[in-house]
Amino acid sequence: MKLRIVVTLKPGVLDPQGKAIEHALGSLGFSGVGGVRSGKIFELDVADGTDDAAIDAMCRQLLANTVIENYRVERA
Amino acid sequence: MKAAVLVFPGSNCDRDLATAIRDVSGQAPAMVWHGDSELPDGLDMIAVPGGFSYGDYLRCGAIAARSPIMRAVVEAAKRGTPVLGVCNGFQVLTESGLLPGALMRNAGLNFVCRDVALTVATGESLFTRGYEAGETITIPVAHHDGNYFADAETLDRIEGEGRVAFRYTGQVNGSARGIAGLLNERGNVLGMMPHPERRIETAHGGTDGRRLFEGLLAAVA
Repeated sequence: MKLRIVVTLKPGVLDPQGKAIEHALGSLGFSGVGGVRSGKIFELDVADGTDDAAIDAMCRQLLANTVIENYRVERA
Repeated sequence: MKAAVLVFPGSNCDRDLATAIRDVSGQAPAMVWHGDSELPDGLDMIAVPGGFSYGDYLRCGAIAARSPIMRAVVEAAKRGTPVLGVCNGFQVLTESGLLPGALMRNAGLNFVCRDVALTVATGESLFTRGYEAGETITIPVAHHDGNYFADAETLDRIEGEGRVAFRYTGQVNGSARGIAGLLNERGNVLGMMPHPERRIETAHGGTDGRRLFEGLLAAVA
């Protein structure tokens, strides 16, 4: 079973990398970019039938730092 | 002082910390590999060194915080053993939950490697008793991810409880409320981005870092 875990910074957490990317887009001449937030994607291949609680535990215990990040699980 | 210094793949300040501890206490610390699951008995302190454990993969300190030895460190910290985390060690301590908050990419995006002036925010702790509260000291930093973050409620709480150990006197990395070093609730765990082990003899340009180890030695001896 394929999973895609999307980890993003919580709203309000400063994202200097996103800011730098936003500036770079402006330097390339793209106007109208009002904001960029960076994040991470993990693609997991897990055993069929892996339960939601286990997937959630993987996210909470390792893949995301819930002090600063949110996560969501997408099933392929 | 019976001490242990943890060693992770990618640690690079472990020997500096060991030298500082040995010079101050006269006793060489045990070097403990991350894959071990037990610490030596009767430790007076545990030091978590700087560096780039596991290549900073995932998040700085994230993989190291889940290594077998860290389970033993968390248990020792809960029993009251002093734990000092420097730089990557501070990141490991936040990732392991021993300290609140997180250390994020420096606000200016650059790696910052220079001497910084710090205000000693409390002289009461195990680690800062060699300093006067309000004193300004100079200790070097060398990090890319030292921008301390916690939500406002957490920041208010740790400030109210007198748990900020050191603050930057100027802008260094964007840290919330200038926090450079932070204590846990019980006061036996300190995480700090500046490197006290790099300021222990006059050849280093000063000895402001030495006093941290001397104060701790006096407290635990």
